[in-house]
Amino acid sequence: MTTYTEEYRELVAETPRGAVTAAFREEVAAVVSPGGLISEPAQLHTYECDGLTGYRVTPALVVLPATTEEVAAVVRLCARHRIPFVARGAGTGLSGGALPVADGIVIGLARMRKMLSVDVDNQRAVVQPGVTNAGISAAVGGHDLYFAPDPSSQIVCTIGGNVAENSGGAHCLKYGFTTNHVLALTFVTPDGDVVTLGGDSTDQLGPDLRAVVLGSEGTLGIVTEITVRLLRRPEAVRTLVADFPDAEQAGNAVSDLVAAGIVPAAVEMLDELAIEACEKAVQAGYTLGSPAALVVELDGVEAEVEEEFERVQEICRRNASTHIRIAGDPVERAKVWKGRKAAFAAMGRISPDYFVQDGVIPRTKLGSTLTRIREMSDAAGLRVANVFHAGDGNLHPLVLYDAAVPGQAEQAEHLATAIVELCVEQGGSITGEHGVGSDKACSMVKMFGPDDLTVMARIRAAFDPQGLCNPGKVLPTPRLCGERPGPYRPHPLESAGIIERL
Amino acid sequence: MTDISRDEDQRVSVQPVAIGNGAGVFDLHHPPSDELISDCVHCGFCLPTCPTYALWGEEMDSPRGRIYLMKLGKEGKVPLDDTYTQHFDMCLGCMACVTACPSGVQYDKLIEAVRPQLERNRRRSLTDRLFRGMIFALFPYPSRLRVAAVLGELYRRLGLRSLLHRTGLVSLLPRRLQAVEALMPPAKLRHLATRTPAVTLAVGTTRRRVGFLTGCVQRVFFADVNQATVRVLTAEGCEVVAPPTQRCCGALSEHAGREPEALDRARGLIDAFAEVEVDTIVANVAGCGSTLKEYGRLLRDDPDYADRAAAFSAKVQDVSELLAELGPVAERHPIEARLAYHDACHLGHAQGVRSQPRDVLRTIPGLQVTDIPEAEICCGSAGIYNLVHPEPAEELGRRKVDNVLSVKPDALATANPGCLLQIRRYWPGELPMFHPVELLDASIRGVDPIAAATARSGRPRLDARTAEPGSF
Ligand SMILES: Cc1cc2nc3c(=O)[nH]c(=O)nc-3n(C[C@H](O)[C@H](O)[C@H](O)COP(=O)(O)OP(=O)(O)OC[C@H]3O[C@@H](n4cnc5c(N)ncnc54)[C@H](O)[C@@H]3O)c2cc1C
Ligand code: SF4
Ligand code: SF4
Repeated sequence: MTTYTEEYRELVAETPRGAVTAAFREEVAAVVSPGGLISEPAQLHTYECDGLTGYRVTPALVVLPATTEEVAAVVRLCARHRIPFVARGAGTGLSGGALPVADGIVIGLARMRKMLSVDVDNQRAVVQPGVTNAGISAAVGGHDLYFAPDPSSQIVCTIGGNVAENSGGAHCLKYGFTTNHVLALTFVTPDGDVVTLGGDSTDQLGPDLRAVVLGSEGTLGIVTEITVRLLRRPEAVRTLVADFPDAEQAGNAVSDLVAAGIVPAAVEMLDELAIEACEKAVQAGYTLGSPAALVVELDGVEAEVEEEFERVQEICRRNASTHIRIAGDPVERAKVWKGRKAAFAAMGRISPDYFVQDGVIPRTKLGSTLTRIREMSDAAGLRVANVFHAGDGNLHPLVLYDAAVPGQAEQAEHLATAIVELCVEQGGSITGEHGVGSDKACSMVKMFGPDDLTVMARIRAAFDPQGLCNPGKVLPTPRLCGERPGPYRPHPLESAGIIERL
Repeated sequence: MTDISRDEDQRVSVQPVAIGNGAGVFDLHHPPSDELISDCVHCGFCLPTCPTYALWGEEMDSPRGRIYLMKLGKEGKVPLDDTYTQHFDMCLGCMACVTACPSGVQYDKLIEAVRPQLERNRRRSLTDRLFRGMIFALFPYPSRLRVAAVLGELYRRLGLRSLLHRTGLVSLLPRRLQAVEALMPPAKLRHLATRTPAVTLAVGTTRRRVGFLTGCVQRVFFADVNQATVRVLTAEGCEVVAPPTQRCCGALSEHAGREPEALDRARGLIDAFAEVEVDTIVANVAGCGSTLKEYGRLLRDDPDYADRAAAFSAKVQDVSELLAELGPVAERHPIEARLAYHDACHLGHAQGVRSQPRDVLRTIPGLQVTDIPEAEICCGSAGIYNLVHPEPAEELGRRKVDNVLSVKPDALATANPGCLLQIRRYWPGELPMFHPVELLDASIRGVDPIAAATARSGRPRLDARTAEPGSF
């Protein structure tokens, strides 16, 4: 069986490209506002990677446009001169999505950070792509509204990046991902046209192109305005941290919660190493030495929340929880979350280097998958910390290593890859929310067959026939991934008849 | 004035720059350490609190970008040229990134390693050197400052100032001199003759014997803050010793990377306090206090001073830390007002002292202490930053003022004279501004300076903008 179809190869084939010359630089300088052009080598170097520092490419130019028109003008120049371009928000991506392309340019949206309008009655806001996720909630907080998707990086990552990655967070178990909270996009196509996708309501006529762009990781064009949906702050919120003697029992508690018909706003799990790192970073009051902890949050109408909160505690106790801490007030609650949200970044406290992995497993396989990960970690002699959105089975193993020890980085990378492949084996997916980017493009063949990939490539080519918009990301480049990186095997869910490929 | 050429003294005898010696573009005298650099995991959590990133949204003017530039420098991948150094010059040294970083990256140590490297290994333009030379020949010398203050007062009183402003002539001055002109605080001439007594006895039982750093700018322009500090400390049972031989602590020099000068001043201050037996050394200026706490590290290479410096640093406390620790004994009288508290970066971020000043202020009955939005972002004062980089400093100053305005305070308190001058410069009207100890002092003495100031000028004009509107 082949990995790629002929059509796929043609669609993703690298096309001839232009070069960033002094003349091109001048043309770009003429269409962006002063200070919007970065061309000194030392400065360009600082853009060579995002949150995934293992891959680095220095761009030929960085442009920081101030308006949609400027973005469109720059993209038009790129299209005319066949210069590849890569959008960049805050550069917190963990899959190398904003990794520049050699001889290409980076279009940074960090200067487009205005809240354009807030419609309180209809619970909507129009924002520029460089506004941070938390910035939206902060700006509308006075109206008792907020933006629900809450990636852990929310204080820094941009809404543009969230749209591109279809980011989620602890609370997406109940509230869904970014795509569930974006109504419309102003979008610059790879030939420089400005179009609107979606509309003011969630009900669309015709194909939902907004949904196609959501999660496309910057490969279809550049988002320059976003109409987001805002939610009312829930009447009541209750949060607890429950310690467990092992991850398996914590996992069982999660399954019991769901089986009991409770839809928590969030269920997060941390293991011993993750707890240690969080505590070192923010002293959030987690129990050091506890093998596993669950953070459970309920929100909604007061009476209902109170009643369910009792049941949650009972379920935790039934599953051998050793200690339950209830956040007494909003300050303590914020602390619990600050600890959880700092988890990845805090790994620096317990290890010089780490890989963040992102995989999904069916919730029921939680305990057994964690046991397997521990065995693999022991075999490799590398520590693995686990933090994850337990409610929806989105696993974030963090492989800890020391780059200064020769060979350890490679070893860690292998372990990290083996772990995601384990997720697929368990019937899950190679990414929950961090995207495919550069990092996992080659792993796509583990999940998708030749026809799936061809359909994806067709969609991409329909938007970007010249292949200039964030090339080399998401879809595997056969030449770079090795022609045969292991045969395609049908996805377990497919074999089980749960999903079907069209 | 021999000091103008002090720039040259910033060169210490170290091995010359040579790519391939392991330090890249840096020399071997404490280059930024690889270990500290590699602590950064490139997560970007520090970006939103960095004032320069807030202004320009550029990676190389963010903490993450600056650390990346250090790494590139260490690897010898970039030249140590103007482009390279400009991004470190633009850093305010506010240490907001240290507070924000979940990985515990010690940016303070990193930037303090880089600045002296740049001072040594790169030549600034002539005007830049002259201007900096002037600053460092003036500010650390109370005697010279007093002369400048008298001249400044004459300039004001003779109507020269209003003439220059009325005619618009002031706009012909270079931006940096305009900044000096605008920031120069009015000196109360009677204060110029004030000196803190060498020893002031505690009121009642002596709970602690403390050494007191009188500061240089503080001593001349904010002598009343020093007097208030001594009164409050003694009222709370401290015997206050202020060695008259003390001179500048070297904070300004250290923050600007003028290492040899900073070290000399540190040694001098340690000597000045060597004579007196005290349990605690108190600073009431955030910028000075944070440097005093660093003496141990600054003088780590000096065999004669390393131990003494470490012992000295261990004794240093901000006045609010000490007061919070001692707990109140003197009776407080009410001050009915809404007070905005501004965290000076060198107190909040650099020393981690946030709750103590608030707690101490809350011992005053009737005083409602509120926080300011975006409290973590620097006001742009940052040592001499607002003098050498007036444009970004102005943007940050206006941004801070807008945030203070939004909480509609009756008065503002902050523990750093630099912040006070900076905020006052962009404040659209009159706002009573205090060092926290001044309010404590007033409360202990039973006076209400906020009511008095408000009565003098009517309600603070919160909406009337005398200056051009902020752009945020
Ligand atoms: C400590 C840490 C924790 C994290 N936690 C989470 C988490 O809980 N959940 C989660 O989902 N992610 C998480 N992430 C990953 C990351 O923060 C998200 O993917 C985020 O959405 C990226 O936003 P950004 O602004 O940094 O985008 P970047 O990293 O700059 O870019 C990401 C991708 O989006 C594209 N892009 C950016 N802006 C635009 C635009 N305007 N138009 C088109 N394409 C664009 C880029 O080309 C790139 O492919 C975490 C990252 C870190 C470092
Ligand atoms: S300094 Fe800290 S917060 Fe900033 S990028 Fe590095 S690790 Fe992250
Ligand atoms: S010290 Fe302040 S200005 Fe400098 S990098 Fe850190 S946050 Fe930015």
